[in-house]
Amino acid sequence: MEAATVDQRTGAAPPKKKVTDRAKSERRLAYMLCAPAVITMLIVTGYPIVYAIYLSLQKYDLRFPSQKEFVGLANYGDVLTSSTWWSDVVHTLVITVFSVGIELVLGMAIALVMHRAIFGRGAVRVSVLIPYGIVTVVAAFTFRYAVDPASGFAQGTFLLSDTAAPLTQQTGSYAMIILTEVWKTTPFMALLLLAGLSLVPDELLEAAKVDGANAVQRFFRITLPLMKPAILVALLFRTLDAFRLFDTVFIQTSGANNTETVSILGYNVLINRVNIGLGSAVSVLVFICVILIAFFFVKVLGTSTAQQRGEEV
Amino acid sequence: MANTPRQKLMWSIGILVVVLYALFPVAWIVSLSLKKPDQLGDKKFFSGVSFKNYDQIFKTSDFTHALVNSIGIAAIATFIAIVLAAMAAYALSRLDFAGKALILSGALAVAMFPAISIVGSLFQLWRNIGIYDTWIGLIIPYLTFALPLAIYTLSAFFREIPWELEQAAQVDGATPFQAFQKVIVPLAAPGVFTAAILVFIFAWNDFIFANTLTSSNSARTVPAALAFFTGGSQFQQPVGAVAAAAVVVTIPIIIMVLIFQRRIVAGLTAGAVKG
Repeated sequence: MEAATVDQRTGAAPPKKKVTDRAKSERRLAYMLCAPAVITMLIVTGYPIVYAIYLSLQKYDLRFPSQKEFVGLANYGDVLTSSTWWSDVVHTLVITVFSVGIELVLGMAIALVMHRAIFGRGAVRVSVLIPYGIVTVVAAFTFRYAVDPASGFAQGTFLLSDTAAPLTQQTGSYAMIILTEVWKTTPFMALLLLAGLSLVPDELLEAAKVDGANAVQRFFRITLPLMKPAILVALLFRTLDAFRLFDTVFIQTSGANNTETVSILGYNVLINRVNIGLGSAVSVLVFICVILIAFFFVKVLGTSTAQQRGEEV
Repeated sequence: MANTPRQKLMWSIGILVVVLYALFPVAWIVSLSLKKPDQLGDKKFFSGVSFKNYDQIFKTSDFTHALVNSIGIAAIATFIAIVLAAMAAYALSRLDFAGKALILSGALAVAMFPAISIVGSLFQLWRNIGIYDTWIGLIIPYLTFALPLAIYTLSAFFREIPWELEQAAQVDGATPFQAFQKVIVPLAAPGVFTAAILVFIFAWNDFIFANTLTSSNSARTVPAALAFFTGGSQFQQPVGAVAAAAVVVTIPIIIMVLIFQRRIVAGLTAGAVKG
């Protein structure tokens, strides 16, 4: 009994043997357990994206459904030669780069406070989780109303001049969208960085201190390089998330003042103009952009989510 | 690390700044929701307590329906995702089989999927098969982000479970499935619970699907309803009503965060960066 309860799998890796009946039944159970989740994911994402590709090759406008016909890559040609698409890509990238950049710096600061705080840890944890949990639409309204001349408190304080209306002009709109994004998602960044921070051995920092390294040197020469994998994963997640940005822009400007993002463009063409063919081409292009960003992180920067996750792959 | 009084002071200030950063906007929306209509333009951060806006939103079916839809849809999507993901995560963290890496990277790819890329096809498909503007029409797309999140969080938790107990059960004559059901499920409950909270928060937050795949009170959730609230007249911004509704949908999240803060942090970091 005693010996039989010892977990054989956690011991040394067993040598490869012929596939036993037990291994076979284990594999069968594994496939049965995974099948429902895998099939569901394939149906709910794989099928719609394939259908989106099909639709993107059609001329298909719901206002003129009888004119539906196969047009090959014509929709892609239309999107890629329009200035709207390219300016929307630029808007999206500007918002993504600024929000993720600010979040990284701010998130690192919050992570350091959470990591080193001896007291008040619980208070900090609860506080940062609240922006994380709040519905994005709610956050977007909160910031919009704060600076709206009709309902806000910011006018006439040190924040804004008496007559300012940030959401009616471009810089102000960008600032508000980025501020909302940063406020809402920095906590997530901070928590990911905190997990990375806890992997930095204290002994190393102590040793560097003994060797005369000051706090700034210790942070940039030891903590930061050791945290590189965690930082890259956090950046990957947040960049992909920010690139899909929809909610905040929809609520705060609906794409006015040159803040239209690629997701808002897709929405406008698909849902407002009901041009399913053209809108699907935009959708597929957004999907390709996301793949390119992920590819850049994984292949060029060497981000490894698997290694970070402690999986044996 | 040694902490001098000066360092202690610095960290206290740091903590205070973080708490203020997180809570200031929340305090603002609460305060805004408590203003009377004629106080909305007074440019004050706080101008007293009145529950008029709350009375108003609970009298309109737009909001009460949306609230019921939000709760129902998020709860059902969470339940389905957790059941399917728990089975998969058990296999992924416990059993030996080919294709593990493929499933995990596939799940990650699905999690990275931009919603806008499938909104058009779903809009089209759902109208064709008649589930546009229904609960099920939102529950299905919610699984796209709920399943990967649940699979990752649960696999991370399941790896920490003392598996010897399962083998003990098997030695005692339990089949692999019985061992799963009778021994592992109770041990895994805290992790399952955490994953459920995270998935629920995600589903509760969704705006893009709720906005595009609904058109009436029958399935529109609160985030989408908020965007379509109308004021007393066409030219009036329904600021007070939106603020009150915003506070109402925020309350469940704040309660969950307060009660389960440790678990949520563990879940978030376990699912993403494994320590």
